[in-house]
Amino acid sequence: MGIFDPVKGFGVTFGMMFKKVATEEYPEIGAPAAPRYHGRHQLNRHPDGLEKCVGCELCAWACPADAIFVEGGDNTEEARYSPGERYGADYQINYLRCIGCGLCVEACPTRSLTMINFYELADDNRQDLIWTKEDLLAPLLPGMEQPPHPMRLGENEQDYYVNGPELARDRGVPEHETVETDTEEAVR
Amino acid sequence: MTVAPEKSDVDVPEGYVKLTIDGEEIVAPKGELLIRTAERLGTVIPRFCDHPLLDPAGACRQCLVEVEMNGRPMPKPQASCTLTVADGMVVKTQVTSEVADKAQQGVMELLLINHPLDCPICDKGGECPLQNQAMAHGRTDSRFVDKKRTFPKPLPISSQVLLDRERCVLCQRCTRFSDQIAGDPFIDLLERGAHQQIGTAETADVLDAASHTSEPDSASAGKSASAGLDSASAGKSASAGGQPFQSYFSGNTIQICPVGALTSAQYRFRSRPFDLVSTPSVCEHCSSGCAERTDFRRGKVMRKLAGDDPEVNEEWICDKGRFAFRYAAAEQRIRRPLVRNVETGELEETSWTEALRAAADGLAKARDGKGVGVLPGGRVTLEDAYAYSKFARVALRTHDVDHRARAHSAEELDFLASRVVSDGGPAGGGVTFSDLEKAPIALCVAFEPEEEAPAVFLRLRKGARANDVKVVHIGQWASPAVEKTFGELLACAPGGEAGAVDGIAQHAPDVDEALRSEGAVVLVGERAAEVPGLPTALHRLVERTGARLAWIPRRAGERGAVEAGTLPTLLPGGRPVTDADARAEVERHWGLDPGTLPADPGRDMTGMLNAIVTRDLDGLLVGGVDLDDLPDPALARKAFDAAEFVVSLELLPSTVTPYADVVLPIAPVDEKSGTFVNWEGRRRPFAVTLDGTGALADCRVLDTLGVEMDTDLFTQTSDAALGDLDRLAAATARAAAPDHPSAEPPAPGDGQALLATWRQLIDDGSLQIDEPALAGTARRVVARMSRATADGLGDHVTVSTDRGSVTLPVEVTDLPDGVVWLPGNSPGSKLRATLGAGHGAVVDIAGGDR
Repeated sequence: MGIFDPVKGFGVTFGMMFKKVATEEYPEIGAPAAPRYHGRHQLNRHPDGLEKCVGCELCAWACPADAIFVEGGDNTEEARYSPGERYGADYQINYLRCIGCGLCVEACPTRSLTMINFYELADDNRQDLIWTKEDLLAPLLPGMEQPPHPMRLGENEQDYYVNGPELARDRGVPEHETVETDTEEAVR
Repeated sequence: MTVAPEKSDVDVPEGYVKLTIDGEEIVAPKGELLIRTAERLGTVIPRFCDHPLLDPAGACRQCLVEVEMNGRPMPKPQASCTLTVADGMVVKTQVTSEVADKAQQGVMELLLINHPLDCPICDKGGECPLQNQAMAHGRTDSRFVDKKRTFPKPLPISSQVLLDRERCVLCQRCTRFSDQIAGDPFIDLLERGAHQQIGTAETADVLDAASHTSEPDSASAGKSASAGLDSASAGKSASAGGQPFQSYFSGNTIQICPVGALTSAQYRFRSRPFDLVSTPSVCEHCSSGCAERTDFRRGKVMRKLAGDDPEVNEEWICDKGRFAFRYAAAEQRIRRPLVRNVETGELEETSWTEALRAAADGLAKARDGKGVGVLPGGRVTLEDAYAYSKFARVALRTHDVDHRARAHSAEELDFLASRVVSDGGPAGGGVTFSDLEKAPIALCVAFEPEEEAPAVFLRLRKGARANDVKVVHIGQWASPAVEKTFGELLACAPGGEAGAVDGIAQHAPDVDEALRSEGAVVLVGERAAEVPGLPTALHRLVERTGARLAWIPRRAGERGAVEAGTLPTLLPGGRPVTDADARAEVERHWGLDPGTLPADPGRDMTGMLNAIVTRDLDGLLVGGVDLDDLPDPALARKAFDAAEFVVSLELLPSTVTPYADVVLPIAPVDEKSGTFVNWEGRRRPFAVTLDGTGALADCRVLDTLGVEMDTDLFTQTSDAALGDLDRLAAATARAAAPDHPSAEPPAPGDGQALLATWRQLIDDGSLQIDEPALAGTARRVVARMSRATADGLGDHVTVSTDRGSVTLPVEVTDLPDGVVWLPGNSPGSKLRATLGAGHGAVVDIAGGDR
């Protein structure tokens, strides 16, 4: 045991002060997840703002944790929320139950349900962890309009499903944005 | 390993044949369809059009099998749903035959060519035979690359049935049901070839615009579809031209559709099969007691479907039973007890304890004064009726109890006591649904089967179609039910039914002859109470001819209430009040001191109301009674106004509520268990569907009320009530036969007519609120009269009495001259409420302008 050994240890500590820190400053600065991380769900919109959800309940059917509740509704000429006959009138995800498996996303026939990388889902009461349609719907991007409103991009739902990407281009949605926003910025 | 024997020594009984299916020998009755023989063997051949209760059609071709006869194979695969078994037939199904399997896969592929991939938005998704079979036997990918045929959708063919022609596989179950079972063939196949589609006379108009195989003509298509949808949600029929699909049984086509082509407007997009909890239940609407399946989600009933009970309703129910259930979830439903505040005179919500104390105090005071009458209404279960019956006798010490919230008579009481009560039901040789199918003759007197008991109508029609049952109606006009049962009408003036029955040997000797044959049946409706002498005449008729008699009331609880003794002359089990032994037996059973039960019969409904007006009765305990159903609503209002104390056990605010001092909420059928007794006398028990809502059955409320009044009814639960009733064995003594004189119908003077009336199935009944889709299929409200009577009146007629008047469009019908027929309780024609008159009354008629 050498004479400098007792201070050597301080040398390691002192040396670390000049190295790049690995600590994530969370939550003060935040820690963005990987771009394809599966966080909370989002209900996407068509380029004109109509909802993609048709209330088919396939997500609820696929859910192994029984976390999703959906009730369909009937679009009318006066109040149209999605192209076609049917829309999701009531949509709830219970994040106390959700295990984030993503089977619901795979089941979704209209690619309405996707997951974004937002993961801060803790809360101090159970009620607030049941997210409703208002919480889950994607934000209105430029060129979108809050439903209910008539179909702006075509005569029927076929036009929406078949020509979706082209329609998005003509609506002034910014170039690098997709309609299915999956970045955290879109949430904010 | 088992090896099929080469030669079997299976005995083939007379009338049976032996055949081989997939190498297994099986004996089958002659005439059995191959598809069912295979089913008995455990081989399910896929099918869409085949339905055991419909005639074979061979429309979908899904059930193809390979068949060999006498060693010679048939050249092509055969449809097993149309082929009957034959001796020596060798059949290979998809299990053993590649040819059959390939044929079935080919048919499945063809059926799917034009079927849209819209399962996610289709109501049938998850319970769809096409979906299931495509998943089980279909190809994983489609080879069809062209555009699918499209139609505008959905097309409302009535306010409650929506048609989506893209999804249709043309199995023709709906058209065959409408044609064969219901007899309302408004829906049929239109066009040919690739354009073939299901439609009604109305959809045929838009056909040219609608049927196109290329690009959907989107603008017009979208518009017409949504326009149709709007009219559906508004509850109107689709359009003006043609005959709309207005059938009382149209809901069954939705249930039997093997794809999502016919869907229910009421259930549209409401839920998925996996959300629903299904419970077997019994219909609460008419006295048929049809088996139903109630599907609920999160404590709310979503839909009702027909249950399968071959003895009662087979697999069919009427639209009222299927669609009228939202009354129980109505916003105005009474959920907390209400007590009238003495100072403000308003009903105020309060606790159960306080409400029960107030009710008990008031009833005890009224009982110790002049007495209390009990009016349970005709919609009670057997257990609830028993509780009312026992409460009246034990707690209120009276026989003043009458459940008949309708026209009634003393003669009817005698009739019920002598001919109906405790006849043993089906086990005791009573008339059953199956008997209607096999009877040589069914005579319907003062009974409108389609309107009053639709399941009975279906059986009569089935019997008439299959077994040549001769259906004879004694009524006023050849209603749709008469035509659809291939019936014969013996027309008489309203009120003249008794004469018609008495004179049947003279004016219809063939009917009289047929009534003498084995199995002949006479059916009588609740309207018999409005015709003096008719019950007596019917009694004489069946005594003379040996025909069997069945009483078919309109409401579900009436028969059970008769058994439970909610009548002034009957104790539970059909014991006459006047019989001292019967009274003693009941007193022993109920633990009463001998001689407690009064020896004299009580007052009937009208007697009680009159007694209140004359201050001979102080209080009323009322169940589900609408004052406008009573023979004299004005008298009823006067009486309820004059009553010292009124307790109402109700589900929804009613005409009684304004007069009630205490209102106690009770459970609808979905929220309680119980038993209905149907017209056959068959018990139809049902379990609770929506558990834990906290709503209490009448029997429970009365039991607790009884405890407050220092008596114990032992009807705390429906099981306890039924047990208590069943320990009282049915009476052996029967009341004397009715013997009342019949009266000639009055002769209407100038500008007058005799009123004939009955209620339509879909009308303003209190259990049909909040159902716009159902109301849209009600029959048109018209006044019917003969051409001679209608002469000079114009398009509309005003029918009036000194109380009020009703103006309706005239429809010339084959009524006797001097008779006008009006629906009893339809929008714009509420006869009791406005005219205060019923069947057989004399009314004034004049030309009305509208």
